[in-house]
Amino acid sequence: MSTFWRTFKVAAWLGWEMDSNWTEPWLFVIYSIIKPIAAAFILVLMYVVFAAVGHVTVPALFDFMYVGNAFFIFVGSVLFGTFQVIQSDREWYQTIRYVYISPISYYVYIMGRAFSKILVSAFAVLITLGFGVAALGVPLGLSLADIPVFIAALVLGLFCLLAIGITLGGVTFLMARHTQTLAEAVPGIFYVFCGVLYPLSILPFWLQDVGKAIPLTYWFDLSRRLLLPPELMAGIPTGLSGFDDLTILGFLALSSAVFFVLSIGVFRLGEYLARKAGKIDMTTSY
Amino acid sequence: MSAVTVRRAAVVRRSDLRYKVGLNVRSILGRAYPRVIGANREPSWIFFEVFLPLLGIAAYVFIYQAFYNAQVALIQAGQCGSAACASAADQLAYLQTAARNLNALVGTVVLGGTMVAFWLNVLWSMASQLYWEKEIGNLQIYMMAPMSRMALLAGMAIGGMFMTSVRAISTLVAGVLVFGVVFQVANPFLLLAVFFVTLIALYGMGMMFASLYLLWGREAWNLSSLLEEPIFFSSGMYFPAGGFLMVQPWGPAVAVAGSLVPAMLGLDALRQLTLPGTTLPSLLPPDTELELLLVLAVVFLILARFSLAYLEKLAKREGKLTSRHQ
Repeated sequence: MSTFWRTFKVAAWLGWEMDSNWTEPWLFVIYSIIKPIAAAFILVLMYVVFAAVGHVTVPALFDFMYVGNAFFIFVGSVLFGTFQVIQSDREWYQTIRYVYISPISYYVYIMGRAFSKILVSAFAVLITLGFGVAALGVPLGLSLADIPVFIAALVLGLFCLLAIGITLGGVTFLMARHTQTLAEAVPGIFYVFCGVLYPLSILPFWLQDVGKAIPLTYWFDLSRRLLLPPELMAGIPTGLSGFDDLTILGFLALSSAVFFVLSIGVFRLGEYLARKAGKIDMTTSY
Repeated sequence: MSAVTVRRAAVVRRSDLRYKVGLNVRSILGRAYPRVIGANREPSWIFFEVFLPLLGIAAYVFIYQAFYNAQVALIQAGQCGSAACASAADQLAYLQTAARNLNALVGTVVLGGTMVAFWLNVLWSMASQLYWEKEIGNLQIYMMAPMSRMALLAGMAIGGMFMTSVRAISTLVAGVLVFGVVFQVANPFLLLAVFFVTLIALYGMGMMFASLYLLWGREAWNLSSLLEEPIFFSSGMYFPAGGFLMVQPWGPAVAVAGSLVPAMLGLDALRQLTLPGTTLPSLLPPDTELELLLVLAVVFLILARFSLAYLEKLAKREGKLTSRHQ
């Protein structure tokens, strides 16, 4: 256990240094918040154009979308932070062979490397939510009684994200260096199916079932329930309104556990196939 | 000088020119080749390049769908715009306008999705490519080879355009088949001109960035990453760029800054040419946007030529051409 902890700590430190030491701290802070703010502004402009062209306003839907989008920052950042570890070590720094043969858990090493992304994205989420409250009038609030459930959901959601990221990491063992498309595309799956930006009920029925099988759906729904006023949420058909908060938390815990087991399986399989094909330390330059 | 000597000199000059042209054409083809072939040899790309990006686009389509559903519910409840519906005919007219606007907005997202594909390719496979070549040790080989560096970049651009066209075309086809977007092309020649000039300007920008990224070193990767969402926003990839003019006071300033990236003007012109007759806001008439794009294309190609020469000289003088991880 102490080896795991030491690996995690050192990998987290390494990840932080690699992420941030390319520039001055103030520039890194700007860099970290400008992307999520820009993503939020895409939604703002979409809403502005629709409201102007259609002569209609739907503020509840906008608040719903804004909060979902803010929490989605975790998804893109943590997922990419996790599965790009293998690619960057293998293709860019070409250090994977040394890390891989060292007596540590490579799985824990990747989790540690991704941890710095969680810290940075948490900061970006806070900035985005703060901007929404201050500049766009998004009505956020969290009661004291809801804080434990909120924290539990956050921890489970992030753990689940790491597990999904490592699952993808297992796949990238076998891929060429062009994983940028994967970074863009996989969060797209969650964007569509997890009701991040719109209520799940917008999707056709069979796609709603796909969304309900993904743990992140429960995380986003629960976070919004706890942060947005109940009367606002009551007017939006999320498709999960029949369940109370603790039941949603239970769904999240259960599905996270399933994804954790899946991540170990896929990671081991990808690793095995890459070793068999001699691809562990391959470089692809086209 | 005798007539024979003059004739020989002319022959040498001609063959020298022929040699240079041949060499550079071969370089272009040679650099484009691995990208074209690579696209075919990596079957996973078909999944990652074609299917998965559609999901991101679908998310933006569903946002408009959610807004539309809310709007339809309001109209059916008797609210037409900010006032109550005057009659059943008024209500029907509002419903029809809402459906037309939805088609145009979904079409905007689909067109934006195709442009995103090209922009990502410019960022990750053009702008950061020379830096990447330096990291893996190919750059010094390129620099020693006798062809023009511009030919190298042109080959990368052509290969990249081919690679990305697969994704772009599939996005368009999916837009029509899956999302039911109806495009109407009244002026195909102008449409093609806008499309190709936009691509030339975009890849010209990528060629210019390729040399600058060599200068910026390790920041290059982060810069590419930084130029994703902010450019998606400032170029109006998922909404009509004319929307910036509705947001005072900062919207017009963003529109002006955003128009430095050719994607914005190209996308706005393409949207107007394929989705005519809608009430969506636009920036400028398409032919004016084409003229501006032509200017951008020429400027970026010239800047690419100069920045490449300057950076090569600078890198050689400072001895950084082959130094990795800096």
